[in-house]
Amino acid sequence: MYQILHKKSLNPTVTLMDIEAPFVARKAQPGQFIILRVDEDGERIPLTVAGYDREAGWVRIIFQIVGATTMALNQKEAGDSICDFVGPLGVPTHLDGLGKVCIVGGGVGCAIALPIAQKLHEMGASVTSIIGFRSKDLLILEDEFRTCSDALHVMTDDGSHGREGNVCVPLNELFAAGETFDAVITIGPLIMMKFVVEATRPTGIPCIVSMNPIMIDGTGMCGGCRLTLRTADGKPVTKFACVDGPDFDGYAVDFDEAMSRGAMYRDFERHAYEKTCNLFHKEVK
Amino acid sequence: MPNMSPKKNPMPTQEPSVRAHNFDEVALGYDEAVAVDEALRCLGCKNMPCVGACPVNIRIPQFIAKIKEGDFEGAYQVIYASSTLPAVCGRVCPQETQCESKCVRGIKGEPVGIGRLERFVADWHNAHSDAVPETAPSNGHKVAVIGSGPSGLTCAGDLAKAGYAVTVFEALHTAGGVLVYGIPEFRLPKSIVAKEVDNLRAMGVEIACNMVIGKTLTVDELFDMGYEAIFIGSGAGLPNFMGIPGESLKGVYSANEFLTRSNLMKAYRDDPVTPIMKGGNVAVVGGGNVAMDAARTALRLGAEHVYIVYRRSMAEIPARHEEVEHAKEEGIEFLTLNNPVEILGYSNPDDKRDPKNGFVTGLKCVRCELGEPDARGRRRAVELPGTEHIIDVDCVIMSIGTSPNPLIKSTTAGLDVNARGGIVVEETTGATSRNGVYAGGDAVTGAATVISAMGAGKTAAKAIDAYLKNK
Repeated sequence: MYQILHKKSLNPTVTLMDIEAPFVARKAQPGQFIILRVDEDGERIPLTVAGYDREAGWVRIIFQIVGATTMALNQKEAGDSICDFVGPLGVPTHLDGLGKVCIVGGGVGCAIALPIAQKLHEMGASVTSIIGFRSKDLLILEDEFRTCSDALHVMTDDGSHGREGNVCVPLNELFAAGETFDAVITIGPLIMMKFVVEATRPTGIPCIVSMNPIMIDGTGMCGGCRLTLRTADGKPVTKFACVDGPDFDGYAVDFDEAMSRGAMYRDFERHAYEKTCNLFHKEVK
Repeated sequence: MPNMSPKKNPMPTQEPSVRAHNFDEVALGYDEAVAVDEALRCLGCKNMPCVGACPVNIRIPQFIAKIKEGDFEGAYQVIYASSTLPAVCGRVCPQETQCESKCVRGIKGEPVGIGRLERFVADWHNAHSDAVPETAPSNGHKVAVIGSGPSGLTCAGDLAKAGYAVTVFEALHTAGGVLVYGIPEFRLPKSIVAKEVDNLRAMGVEIACNMVIGKTLTVDELFDMGYEAIFIGSGAGLPNFMGIPGESLKGVYSANEFLTRSNLMKAYRDDPVTPIMKGGNVAVVGGGNVAMDAARTALRLGAEHVYIVYRRSMAEIPARHEEVEHAKEEGIEFLTLNNPVEILGYSNPDDKRDPKNGFVTGLKCVRCELGEPDARGRRRAVELPGTEHIIDVDCVIMSIGTSPNPLIKSTTAGLDVNARGGIVVEETTGATSRNGVYAGGDAVTGAATVISAMGAGKTAAKAIDAYLKNK
């Protein structure tokens, strides 16, 4: 069992938890992920590492309450335990040699982008962060980004906080002003990452994306997390996010396919979510 | 007097029409009277050809002799001296190509039902005895075993018997490896695997789940933690795909994923938390045991038609004979001499948001004929031009083997692997290129059988014992 040491609600749909997992904490690096099960017979879900304390032996996860499992996880409080917590999985984000980087995070993806921004900042790199949310209510981690960024652009779709518009607005402005980076690293919804890649493509700046496909074992056994990369000559190459990723060259990723595959169980997930909602409503009553 | 019946006592099974709709075990097992009757068919040959054909050299005539006497616990002890997992092997070993293939009774008639007798003895023991197996006094040496599949469990069991302190590191949340994520409940009930694992725990073996060696800890860190020898039994790795168009469509699974969802994650239950596609028509590509397991699982999940699509003929099918027979009885349709060339998907040109977009609608195949034998002696499948045709399916399960997992080799300096990524070992000991590191099972050979993995675990346990005694 893995104890929840700390829990904090970042906004009505996003929760932060620090989970006691000393072996994972010793090894975790920005860009890696863990897999957890809330209880016996629960589903295995991957979540990207949002922070860690090697000495205290905990790993931070930040998750959006989107399905039955994340809802069940959100019912747990500090002091409770979850059944399984395994990692760190995947390859850490390659940050060596990067001197000037633009980090583009969207929604809960900002939770994953933050440790990368922090690590780059520690390494002495210049960090420009662009973070985007649907509205002010869904904003997370603004202060944390401010402390580790040389420049910070906060965007909301409805203009309720920061500037109005999506993350590509400031990115395009920076490119138009002749700004250049060693890399653009983007983490967020697939559709956002696709647009960030397309905005960056004309500049030729390397664009790294963090993929979060459907996964089961997370150790290179089931193959469910496969995605297609296209080489420069258009040849498809199958990669597995769990062992080859989760970071990939954004220019090579087939986003349309990834979006289609991500929706495979949409009906099932909606049903499971509604069922879990009803269950918790009953318990409350 | 020996029983001179030319036929084996038939294995009682659930009726095909009934079992095709449930996940209960197909074969029900011999009772005591039938077991004794079958045992009496054994001639007790002095030269014991069956023993040499068993990868772990179970003393077969001796255990069968105990059954003849009605000493079923005695029979178990004979098997247990050679095999740590008799209840598993009695169910999943390909006996027809191993022990039973060398049985003298098989020359004129059917061989003795050695596998069925092994299963009977193991089940009898599990039902009648909770005695913890004896272990030698502790010798104070620590050994780490990576992976809790058949090779790891066997290696751990043998070393524990010999007095070693063994820790098994398992990446998943449950111990058993392929025995729990791969082989379905109707062929190997999970309670049997759990019993074997509990047995090891009772012998003092520690099982640490959620530990991915190569990630959570490395082989070198295990040495730093005081383990003096390490056995790698991390199993087969990433599933192979054919590289044909359409393999990323929704409804295309690897057999590993499909079986893991159903077995490990219990998606076969009525109200599962892990989703799986159920119903419709299903094509399973491949002809091995895993393909049979996937096909029969799909059928039980409610598929209307399940096809095995295999490029060679029935004669070349590599699956165990009994699994093929069971599959046929249940109504699995065998489309042999067919090679897939493309998976077709739904695409509505007028509506990009049509929820059916991207789901599988068919499998395009080309017919084949048999050509010259290949290097392994199996006749090649030669495609016949102009014979493309489409099979209407909603789901395609690729069961064409796996490639070794990269996690351990990429984090262990000095561990040699071959061109296919399998760990290189000395065959007689399982020793790798790293001192004190041994390996066996699918991590070495690529996808193979449970019993050959067990044999490798056994070989390595012996070698580790010798290595640590001489250290």
